[in-house]
Amino acid sequence: MPRAVSRGVRLPPFQRLVDDHAAELHRFLVASVGQTDAEDCLQETLLSALRAYPRLRHGDNLRAWLYTIAHRKATDAVRWRLRHPVSDLDEATGGLASDPQPTTDDGLWRCVRALPAKQRAALVHRFVFDLAYRDVGERMGISEEAARQNVSTGLRRLRKEVER
Amino acid sequence: MTDLEQRLRNAPPAELDRKALDAALAQRAGKASLLDVAYAELDSPIGELVVFVTPRGLLRVKYADEPIEGVLAEVAARVSPRILRAPRRTDPVRRELEGYFALRRRSFDLLIDWSLVQGFAGNVLRETSRIPFGDVRSYGQVARQAGSPRAARAAGNALGSNPIPIVVPCHRVLHADGGLGGYSGGLDRKRYLLALEGSLPA
Repeated sequence: MPRAVSRGVRLPPFQRLVDDHAAELHRFLVASVGQTDAEDCLQETLLSALRAYPRLRHGDNLRAWLYTIAHRKATDAVRWRLRHPVSDLDEATGGLASDPQPTTDDGLWRCVRALPAKQRAALVHRFVFDLAYRDVGERMGISEEAARQNVSTGLRRLRKEVER
Repeated sequence: MTDLEQRLRNAPPAELDRKALDAALAQRAGKASLLDVAYAELDSPIGELVVFVTPRGLLRVKYADEPIEGVLAEVAARVSPRILRAPRRTDPVRRELEGYFALRRRSFDLLIDWSLVQGFAGNVLRETSRIPFGDVRSYGQVARQAGSPRAARAAGNALGSNPIPIVVPCHRVLHADGGLGGYSGGLDRKRYLLALEGSLPA
């Protein structure tokens, strides 16, 4: 067990990170991967963060750090889901893999999930969280300009998919 | 704003079951040896306690008057920031404390994690942990047993900063003349504990 983090790094107790950010990370993940996979993604995100936590060299912007991990977990989950699609059988029988709370706009969100990871994350930050481009960039660790670019490319692509 | 943007804004609601998340997280973190410090609140006749445990043992017992944020920050800095609220991990401590307050138990079988005490204070507190239920010592006696007969005042300071009150029974140390001396949790609590054990001086 690691002892005495005494390099002058002041990290808050991990429980504070959970208390402060679990709900918004969950919202981000529901929009990114869907209700079915969001819960597990959130647990994976927090476990990965917990594993790396004592090795962080500073405690600045822990929120952006958590979003980076969540984004990675969401990307993994979407890839996994593409290889293991929810089957019609599951859907029909209400099996474990089906979405417990089907939403009215399911088709749209399926298309969002099919977008490239950065565009998907940018759209979620921009519209689900209603953030300015600067804040979208900050949460994704990219520039404001790159954030704007990802949102507009993502929107264009999404429109094509949705109208198809 | 386009229709598509509006539809994105109307994202499905995300209801997070925090209780389930906390339980799952504590369980999985424990299994992966990522839970360095677990803590939980518990009720006692002398107010709410918060207990902190590590894989080594009981690390800290906090009385209600101490702000939790300060204690969490201290534990994060001095032991590990991998801290989660995980009530199930503290169950053995809860059971033993409940037994003690109900007079079903006169000694604790808990392992102690001494990480928060150093040097002479450690000697003093280890000696103190050997004072049996219903017995008392003077500050001088404890100092002598800890190896520094003339350090009664230093012993008093060590006892005053005992991170594990009740279980390391610093309330059993009194002035040589029978006066109560001090107590980090306040003299009312010291009096309560001594009365519980039948050793309150007249």
